[in-house]
Amino acid sequence: MNFAPQLVLHDLRFAYESAGWELRVPDLSFGNEPLCGVVGPNGSGKSTLLKLAAGLLAPEAGAVELGGQPLARMRRLQIARRLGYLPQECPALFDYAVEQVVAMGRHAHGGVLELSASADRAAVDRALADVGLAALRQRPLSQLSGGERRRAWLASALAQETEILLLDEPTQALDVHQGAAVMEILARRAAQGLHVVAVMHDLNLAGLFCDRLVLLQAGAIAADGSPADVLTASRLVSAYGDKIEVLQRPESNNPIVLAKK
Amino acid sequence: MTKNRKIYALLAVFAVALAVFPWIGAEKLSVREIAAFAIGDWTADGMIFFQIRLPRVLLGLLAGGALALAGAALQVIFRNPLAEPWTLGIAGGASLGAFLARMCPFLWFALGPLNTSQALALLGAAGALGLVLSLARRSATGAQTLLLAGVTLGVVCGGAIMVISGFISPWKLAEFHRWLLGGLDAADWASVGALAALAVPGATLMALQARNLNPLGLGEEMAAGQGVDVARVRRWTAIGAGVASAGVAAVAGPIGFVGLLAPHAVRKIVGPDARLVLPGSFLFGGALLAACDALGRWAAAPLEVPVGALTAVLGGPLFLWLLARRR
Repeated sequence: MNFAPQLVLHDLRFAYESAGWELRVPDLSFGNEPLCGVVGPNGSGKSTLLKLAAGLLAPEAGAVELGGQPLARMRRLQIARRLGYLPQECPALFDYAVEQVVAMGRHAHGGVLELSASADRAAVDRALADVGLAALRQRPLSQLSGGERRRAWLASALAQETEILLLDEPTQALDVHQGAAVMEILARRAAQGLHVVAVMHDLNLAGLFCDRLVLLQAGAIAADGSPADVLTASRLVSAYGDKIEVLQRPESNNPIVLAKK
Repeated sequence: MTKNRKIYALLAVFAVALAVFPWIGAEKLSVREIAAFAIGDWTADGMIFFQIRLPRVLLGLLAGGALALAGAALQVIFRNPLAEPWTLGIAGGASLGAFLARMCPFLWFALGPLNTSQALALLGAAGALGLVLSLARRSATGAQTLLLAGVTLGVVCGGAIMVISGFISPWKLAEFHRWLLGGLDAADWASVGALAALAVPGATLMALQARNLNPLGLGEEMAAGQGVDVARVRRWTAIGAGVASAGVAAVAGPIGFVGLLAPHAVRKIVGPDARLVLPGSFLFGGALLAACDALGRWAAAPLEVPVGALTAVLGGPLFLWLLARRR
């Protein structure tokens, strides 16, 4: 039931002057497919692109529009009701309980930490159940494993119940099975109508779960399309260098990307 | 007991402090004479109770509350559990301003509860805050740098006060010696009014941001993603903390550790929700400072120990103990 692309980036330019690096995005829209991955080598501009899309960074030129409205002219609270953003790391200042972290996701809807409205409580319960942390809801963050902590942050972003959710490397530093579990959670939510845009490091996970991939290279979009179109040997070799090999998964046509000696 | 209820326990502690501490001091007071004073007879005990002890306890409650509230808020916006008006140099800057106003008669001007001491304290607090804020913005890994800068700033301001006092007659200096160490002994109703004039608006500004402080506990980016206008929340919280700290420094001088200790203790009791931690810190910090002051009056009676010196000596080790218990 999505008619128009919801998050649109127009003629975007952003530069880190001191590093002599810049990102240029002529035209890009998110929110048309359930799960979109943003991939590319380190320093290609994935996180910067995501922060621009979330309105955390202000572009030097161009604009980002959410549902036809420029982000720059919206209040953060307004944005956060429709567009979620989960950074790579959420360093906790105090030792919050899992439940409190997830409840913070309801900030834009009015509830924080101590939930008052039943809608807030339901959203938190749903998010906790989705990430499989319902049993650990009272557990303080300091007593969680790295994977559990990452799922707690994810639950916080899910509890926000936005139309679009931007995630910066949600599977970073996770084991193979944990990474796949996180992608499963996102795919399940995406099937229920959430539009997910995730910066991905792991090309195999990206190829397996995403409906669309955007490949960045040196601050520009090198490819944009289905995983089978984007994860080709020629494209990846030109983006990542020649120490890379692309195979086909036997049971499907999904590409597998491997390092080569 | 739920966390919400625990805040009432802190309120009770505050009320007990207000009810008990006016009775503590060098002079033993008689209830009958105080009652007589209250209904119109002049009695020495009544005079001491109503004109000296009560304003002094109120001053302690309000000053300690303002410092603790500022500490609780500053710890979140600077994302540093060791931040407070004293460790960030705000108390130092404000004290230098207040000292200048007191030492230079040509600078002195008063209007109702407001005077130049507060104005210059505000200026000093603003200067210190501006400096540490710009430092915090410049360096990404600034947690330690920030505290070093803040403490250094406090030392520099303390040094400046010492240099200026070298030019002042020793008689005049003796009058301010207590104030230099952080003291509540010059308390009267006028100083309570002077403190309230800044502490109440400062505390209000911080309290209004309490709700927005929570998501900041998981980082600026997460908070922004959840709908917090980080720059705005930072700005108003810092202004509130600066105003409240300046108010305290102007009447009582630099008082350390209350702003550090009280919020940590309160978080142990009510958890990390800023909407409980901020009011809880005010209540607990107020009671704590009033208690330290009462102790200073009682322990060395008929002499007195300046409360600022006492909070440092007692608060420091207690804080270390809290830190050790954290994990």
